[in-house]
This record gives sequence, structure tokens and C-alpha cells, in this order.
Amino acid sequence: MRFSGFKVFKEAVTGHKGWKPLWGNPEPKKSYDIIIVGGGGHGLATAYHLAATYGLENIAVLEKSWLGSGNIGRNTTIIRSNYMLPGNQPFYEFSMKLWESQEQDLNFNSMVSQRSIINLCHTDAQRDAYRRRGNAMHLSGAGGTLLSQDDLREMVPFLNFDNARFPIKGGLMQKRAGTARHDGVAWGYARAADMRGVDLIQNCEVTGFRIEDGKMLGVETSRGYIGAKKVGVAVAGSSSRVMAMAGMRLPIESHVLQAFVSEGLKPTIPGVITFGAGHFYVSQSDKGGLVFGGDIDGYNSYAQRGNLPVVEDVVEGGMALMPMIGRARLLRSWGGIMDMSMDGSPIIDKTHIDGLYLNAGWCYGGFKATPASGYCFAHLLATDTPHETATAYRLDRFARGYVIDEKGVGAQPNLH
Amino acid sequence: MLIPHPLLGLRDAQEFTYYGDAALMNRPDPNAETAEADFCDYVFLRDNPAGVHRELWFHEQGDRSWLVVTRNTVTHEILSAELATDVKSRGAK
Ligand SMILES: Cc1cc2nc3c(=O)[nH]c(=O)nc-3n(C[C@H](O)[C@H](O)[C@H](O)COP(=O)(O)OP(=O)(O)OC[C@H]3O[C@@H](n4cnc5c(N)ncnc54)[C@H](O)[C@@H]3O)c2cc1C
Repeated sequence: MRFSGFKVFKEAVTGHKGWKPLWGNPEPKKSYDIIIVGGGGHGLATAYHLAATYGLENIAVLEKSWLGSGNIGRNTTIIRSNYMLPGNQPFYEFSMKLWESQEQDLNFNSMVSQRSIINLCHTDAQRDAYRRRGNAMHLSGAGGTLLSQDDLREMVPFLNFDNARFPIKGGLMQKRAGTARHDGVAWGYARAADMRGVDLIQNCEVTGFRIEDGKMLGVETSRGYIGAKKVGVAVAGSSSRVMAMAGMRLPIESHVLQAFVSEGLKPTIPGVITFGAGHFYVSQSDKGGLVFGGDIDGYNSYAQRGNLPVVEDVVEGGMALMPMIGRARLLRSWGGIMDMSMDGSPIIDKTHIDGLYLNAGWCYGGFKATPASGYCFAHLLATDTPHETATAYRLDRFARGYVIDEKGVGAQPNLH
Repeated sequence: MLIPHPLLGLRDAQEFTYYGDAALMNRPDPNAETAEADFCDYVFLRDNPAGVHRELWFHEQGDRSWLVVTRNTVTHEILSAELATDVKSRGAK
């Protein structure tokens, strides 16, 4: 079933009887060539690229719950490639380019909207740092524009420019950044993978690995043993738990991040605005809700819910930045569990076990990475070599001293 | 979350700064043959369990003591809290 304007028109005049489920619900086979553990954005994108880009067959995605029940459906949907370090820049820019062609590639409306992101600055030193970052972004083609206070007063007049503690002096804008429909991204990849013969197996939790003489044989699951030549783990937030079953300890702590959405309002916020100094960022969804968040709660957690102090902190940040937000009513808040890595950057690598591959450590920024993460993980699984944009994401970079620490805070995951 | 401080009673977790796994109290021996690997492990690798976790909290906006808090990471339930100095002097892990 292809989506098109014509199809929508035809269904409209024939009573919408021709729509079909977007993917099937197959029974697991006895074995597969490649098993992806985790049916979130990264796992589904990996399966899609294995089939579509690398032409492989006999692939399954095993998801312990329903597809998209994890962080892919819980994030605040920001996509951007405004990174600075050489290990990150090419990768996130590659991802940005994949976002730009995603809807055509997948034949699915994932509502990619390049409505821009603005990072606010409050001091001369911060402006200098943004100028440097902006220049680094130009090197990889990500683009970036330094904004003055006057520019901002015109674009986003509702901000509290004269805040006593953090007066707004300017900002760094990436015009190509924006948002995408998070669930739509999961559905789009799931459908595209299913159409290319990938088995998407839900309610199937991986409970162990069968490894012999350092070689992967298959996975134990809540639906029985399934053999596999290669297993790729992409279980965001649960990476330590799952890899512990293969006897591995990771450079990761699991933390909870909360997000919030207000009632639907008329269009007020043009793009994404981040107020790092106040621990607050915001955008407006197409339905009109203000989608916002702030810092992680800051202690190890697998609870998928946070605590009230962070709610207070985030809302205070919002009030400081744009006092008008106080008139909006909060509709919902929720939490998601993320892998906070020791340098704030991800891992896409083989492990010491033959046939076991790891995609982990995405912190609070893995949504924007979904397309490239899937592409690069598929590349690694298919060719046993890292994709050219992901060569820095190795598991042994910590031991070798090649950490990729954008924030420069060291091995303290709750500060990244 | 309320942390049962052994000297001050129940205190709001907000008064504390979180540091991480209490295993960080045991620094490896820098003179050991395996020191390089030991320190890499110490600095970067974590057990990160789902369930009971012993962890270090610093009472920054209180009496500035370090506590070892035993907490369930799945439910956020706090099971106990001890002064880190007591734990250290017991020589326990
Ligand atoms: C509140 C919040 C806001 C965020 N905002 C942004 C943002 O604005 N921009 C951005 O770029 N990123 C953001 N992120 C981060 C982003 O959501 C994640 O980094 C990314 O979604 C992780 O990859 P994923 O989609 O594959 O994860 P998930 O969707 O979590 O997928 C992992 C899957 O693995 C499954 N699984 C776990 N264990 C097993 C097992 N044993 N067997 C089988 N399956 C298993 C889980 O059920 C889950 O479905 C945010 C995260 C949160 C929590």
C-alpha cells in the first residue's frame, strides 16, 4: 500500500475501506541471519537500512513491548546538527540530510518540519563560544547564524530580554533544525521495514544470550529461543541491563528525563528555543501544545517517571524566559529512561563477542540521530566496518582516551 | 524523595548532590601492575543495576557530609542511608 494524494482522494470517495494495517504481526521463526533487539526508533531504522540500503534478508526486530513504546514515543522531537566536535559533526549532519529526504524515502508523513532552533546566550563569553560552534558547524555544512539581540527581538518578541540574572544578548540559530513527529518516525520505519520483509516481533523480551566460545548463537526470549548469526542491540535506556546478560559492563548510567506539554494554543513559538542557562527548552507542536523540558532528574533511575523538584525547576525556567507561559495550563508530563554515557556521546560498535553489536549511549539527544544511527548500525552489521561518519563512536574510546565530550564535564553522566 | 540522614533525620533529596555508585569510594591501587586497566574501569564503567543500588549523595546544602544511600532504581524507594565515613571505617564495600 503506497501513500499518495491520489490514494487519499480515492479512499475519501470510497468510504475509507481500503486502508490496511501498516505492518504485520508474525510469529518468530526458529532463526534469523540478523536479530535487532529493541523496536524503538534506532532498532527499526537499523532494520529498514539493513533491508533497503544493504539488501539483506532474514531479519527480525524483537521488541519487549509494542513498537515505539520507549523513548522514540517520549521525546520532545527536536532534530538538529549543531554539534561542534569532529567526532560528532559529520554524523549528526548526515542524520540531518537523511531527515530532509526521509518522507520521500519512507513514503510516510513523519511531519519533518525545519522550523529552526535558537540557542540563547547571555554573556560575551557565551557569544564567543557560539561563534566558534557556528564556525565548526559551517565546516561540515550544517550551517549556522549568529543572532543579535535586535534580531531576536524581532523574531521572538515575547522573550524576557531584560531578565536580571540572564539577560538575553543573542543566540545561535540553525535554520535547518526543527522537529518531526516522533511516533510517525517509528511507524514510518516499521512500515518500510515490514514492506521489505523484516519480521517485527512485539511482546518478545530478550532474556538472555546463547554464546559459545565467544560466538553469538542466538537469543533467549519470552517467546522461546531464537537463533541468530548476528545480534544488534539497540535498547536505549536498558543497554546496561541487556549487555549484562552478555557479561559486559558499559560506560553508561541510566537516568530519567521528563517532558511536558501544555494545552493547545494558537501558533506563538516559531521554532525551537533553548535556554540552557535556565534549564529550559520549548517548541510548539502542530496541534498547538507547548512541548518543553529541562534537565534530567540526575540520579540513576529505571522508573520512567521523575520527581517534582525537576518539574518545579523546568517550569521556573519557562517563567523566567517567557512569562506568558504562566497563562497556559499543563496538560501532561511523563518520563523516559535514557543511557547517559560517560562522555555524553553514543556508541555504535562491535563487541568482543563475535556476532554481538551495540548501539547505545544516546543520552537525551538520540531522536535526531535516529536516521543516521539506523544507517550506520546497519552498515556496521552488514559490512563489519564502521560507517565513515561514525568511526569515533567506538566502545574502547574511553580506555584509549578518545572521549567525545561536547560539554567538557568529564565522566559524570548526570552533568552531560 | 526524602533521604533519612543518620544525624539530621528526613531531608529533601534536593538538598543533596548526586555523585553515583558507592563503589567509587574504593579507588584502585595506583601502584598495582593492572593500575591502568583498573582506573579505566573505575572512572568509566558502572554496574548500573535496575533494582537495589548503593550510591553516594553529598549533603551540599546541609551539613556537607557524604552519605551512602541504598535506593531502588526501579521504584525510587529509599531503603537506608549511612554516613560514608562510617561505611569507610567499617572497611566495607
Ligand atoms: C523526555 C525525553 C525527551 C527527549 N527529547 C529529545 C529531543 O528533543 N531530541 C532528541 O534528539 N532526543 C531526545 N530524547 C532522546 C531520544 O528519545 C532517545 O535517545 C532515542 O529515542 C533512543 O533511541 P530509540 O528510539 O531506539 O529508543 P527506544 O524507543 O527507547 O527503544 C528501545 C526499545 O528497546 C526495548 N527493549 C528494552 N529492553 C529490551 C529487551 N530485553 N528485549 C527486547 N526489547 C527491549 C524497549 O522496550 C524500547 O522499545 C529525549 C528523551 C526523553 C526521555
